[in-house]
Amino acid sequence: MQPEGKSRKLLRIHRDDNVLIVVAPVRPGDRDVIDGCEVVFTQNIGIGHKVAARDIRAGEKVYKCGVPIGSAKEPIPAGAHMHLHNLKSDYIATYTLDKDHVFVK
Amino acid sequence: MSSSNKLSSTNSPTLQGFLRSDGRKGIRNCIVVAYLVECAHHVAREIVDSFRGQPVHLIGFGGCYPNAYADRMMNKLCTHPNVGGALLLSLGCESFNRHRLAEEIAKTGRPVSTVVIQQTGGTRKSIDSGKLWVEQALKQIAEVPRAPLSVNELVVGTVCGGSDATSGISANPAVGRAFDMLVEQGAATIFEETGEMIGLEDVMSARAVTPELGHELKASVEKAAYYYKQMGHASFAPGNAEGGLTTIEEKSIGAYCKSGDSPISGLIKPGDVPRKGGLYLLDVVPDGEPRFGFPNINDNAEIAELIACGSHVILFTTGRGSVVGSAISPVIKICANPETYERMSDDMDVNAGKILRLEASVDEVGEEIYEKVLDVASGTQSCSESLGHQEFVLTYKSFEPIGPSCLPM
Repeated sequence: MQPEGKSRKLLRIHRDDNVLIVVAPVRPGDRDVIDGCEVVFTQNIGIGHKVAARDIRAGEKVYKCGVPIGSAKEPIPAGAHMHLHNLKSDYIATYTLDKDHVFVK
Repeated sequence: MSSSNKLSSTNSPTLQGFLRSDGRKGIRNCIVVAYLVECAHHVAREIVDSFRGQPVHLIGFGGCYPNAYADRMMNKLCTHPNVGGALLLSLGCESFNRHRLAEEIAKTGRPVSTVVIQQTGGTRKSIDSGKLWVEQALKQIAEVPRAPLSVNELVVGTVCGGSDATSGISANPAVGRAFDMLVEQGAATIFEETGEMIGLEDVMSARAVTPELGHELKASVEKAAYYYKQMGHASFAPGNAEGGLTTIEEKSIGAYCKSGDSPISGLIKPGDVPRKGGLYLLDVVPDGEPRFGFPNINDNAEIAELIACGSHVILFTTGRGSVVGSAISPVIKICANPETYERMSDDMDVNAGKILRLEASVDEVGEEIYEKVLDVASGTQSCSESLGHQEFVLTYKSFEPIGPSCLPM
């Protein structure tokens, strides 16, 4: 998949993805090569979480498994952790959560 | 990356199938012993147990009250291409229409017989009578004609069970790649679990081959959302952010990505058999107000529905480690979690956990699954098959027929 600088911590699931999945714990100072560019991580990131596979523009669709999972709230540099703080759902929910976290129509 | 090379080297391999009167071909040739009410279950099981190691499978419907869905399921299962003949076990007073089922099976040219326990003289005589018939039927189906079977005649279903956080990032996307390869070769592939696709309705609709079908796909997810809400089921609570899931769409991808990237050719319901290759969504959620409880009480209820839609093989992804197989059609286990694989490797056909250890790509495991499908279709037993798993579950449900937009020409 990644013939040069194969990552030991990051998994690309789908060719269209602009996120990579963390498959081994990432610690500050860890380095990795993402699509030919070296990235130095600045924080702890747990297994199953996502990082940007490249620089992502504010408002850009975010793809995982080749499927849009939302869009970027702000510009996200390659290698940055992507989660609730910088990624939002684009789903206009028919069903939403009430204050008790119960689905209501 | 190498999938296209791989495909050309394995282009339309020719397998041998068991030719049935409707033109469909089986990859197995079994006798089903089917009880038509729980009261006949024991007799049916005793008959099946005496043929251990031979292709005699136990299926059945436990209910005493009539149900059109169960009728249709039993009909489709007893005339599945992997089935060579059927023995029906009736107590005698249940409401299942045993006459119609036997007639429908006989019309296909398959050997069929009905043992009515009350008329035959009770348990022992019914077991003896059934065993005698199965012995003869096994000889008879050994004569079923063989015919070349191409990949484009296969129907392959997928389901996940015993999922964990690894399922959605290893085994499920790999099944998606295998589905893409199968569809490219002209096979029919079936995915389901609309109850776990909330947030992806529009994404899925956009893949439909017609806008009208797209509307139906979207409606099926909305129906599932309503139904599960009535069940008080928390299936749609937002994903666990701690595990790294950010949005509802992302949570739903786990189930959805097994469908791969192909266009969606149709929406079917249990018992509808795709008439041509392509990717199909199986809508397993009953129509109308909830009447009989959860849409599917466990994984095997879903597997039985995929088989009733003609599936020759089932691709079952698991993270925590399910062990189930099925009557009638082989189940191939794809294990998402590398630790589970190490612990339960006897039960697992494919180790997709390699993806998480970065020892294989999603594409490579997808190719491995594709090759495993062909291997099992050529007669090699899957792990669950060789371990003797033949689980089967059929319960009460109710469906309206699919609408005219569901299967565009």
